[in-house]
Amino acid sequence: MESIQNFFKNLWERFKAWVEANPRRAAIWAGAIILLIISFILPVDQPHVSLAGEPILEDGPAWFTNSLLTTFIVDIILIVLALFATMGMKLIPSGWQNFMEAVIEYLYGLSETVAGQNVRKFFPWVATIFFFVILSNWSGLIPGVGSIGIYHSGGHGTEEPIEEGAEDHAQSLEQRLAMVDGNLMIAAPAAVDAAPAAAEEGEKYLVPLFRAPSADLNMTFGLALVVMVMVQVWGVRALGAGYFGKFFVWRGENGFMKGVNGFVGILELLSEFSRLIAFGFRLFGNIFAGEIMLATMAFLIAFLLPIPFYMLEIFVGFVQALVFMMLALVFWTVAMISHGHEEHDDHDHHVVDTHDPGMGPDTGVQGTVTG
Amino acid sequence: MDAAAMKELGAALAIGLGTIGPGIGIGLIGSKAMEAMGRNPEAAGTVQTNMILAIAFAESMGIFALVIALLVKFV
Repeated sequence: MESIQNFFKNLWERFKAWVEANPRRAAIWAGAIILLIISFILPVDQPHVSLAGEPILEDGPAWFTNSLLTTFIVDIILIVLALFATMGMKLIPSGWQNFMEAVIEYLYGLSETVAGQNVRKFFPWVATIFFFVILSNWSGLIPGVGSIGIYHSGGHGTEEPIEEGAEDHAQSLEQRLAMVDGNLMIAAPAAVDAAPAAAEEGEKYLVPLFRAPSADLNMTFGLALVVMVMVQVWGVRALGAGYFGKFFVWRGENGFMKGVNGFVGILELLSEFSRLIAFGFRLFGNIFAGEIMLATMAFLIAFLLPIPFYMLEIFVGFVQALVFMMLALVFWTVAMISHGHEEHDDHDHHVVDTHDPGMGPDTGVQGTVTG
Repeated sequence: MDAAAMKELGAALAIGLGTIGPGIGIGLIGSKAMEAMGRNPEAAGTVQTNMILAIAFAESMGIFALVIALLVKFV
């Protein structure tokens, strides 16, 4: 009893002393508690998931989607960053130029271990791909992207009428009655279920103004298409028309080996297409799933819970950009080597300067690299 | 079983079964990479870079399963 009384004694003075001792700490606590209260008063909407980018203007062109708008913004940011880095270039760099030089040097070193002597040709392409992809991945994390938007009216056909389940059929009749006769009010309990279904016709739903470009299948497939077309271009440039001999291999000692090699050739042809699809879907899946996960976490508990997922998304954005770049580099390099012999020499470059006795017999990839 | 329950079940099974393979694959890749780094510590940087690349390949299979699960549940 006494300790409780002691606690309340001079509580206000002790609180003021605590605040004055470290005002920043008190401000942080106050901010956190205010955010906690707000997260309960203003709950987040259920995540409205749309697979494709949505047109921003309701009566505008269908191709002007929110992801296209964000792509433009990412382009502008990229150009501005590059301009800043090269404005008044000094021999001894400092500031932003220094930072960009460090990044480019790191990427160049990475590309050199993969591509060998073709780096000079490939590096502008892969560096641009890397910067574009990483900016478009991270643009989905900027506060406001995905939450600021315009309300569109008009039913969206993807909302499930399925949720009404078995009594759907019985209700739809009364639903139609309510529609046809404009002011017929159904007082039956079915009205409670019919109301959300009827409201879908004119329901307002939020269309976000911005959306991460890599969360749109158009952008990722476009990039994948560019990469795969350049594979063919560089292969033909390096090997001439003999490049296409990769697909129609009819070499071999006896008939059996000819058959096996022919089969491998057809597999190579198929793997070109499977690589295209895998490229497009890998980036799209990672970023789209990340967006949904963030939206769901914010919907569940808006306070503190989304933070670890934000960090995960930052990491995933970086890794996916790196992987896109490295895969493009690997495919371009592999396209340029001649395939008369079995082993792929670029794999030997991976051991830096030591002779590794553990390398063993040919461990290079002979056939398809799918993924 | 009505359509709504099957939908939920489909989404759950898609992601549940779909990440078994990538999980095992990534574990194998990681273990082999650790082994290689232990045998040749000088090449650890190279091994690590290639390990990340291989993990991204394996993970993309799991991502395909996730995309299908999301499609089934939300669209």
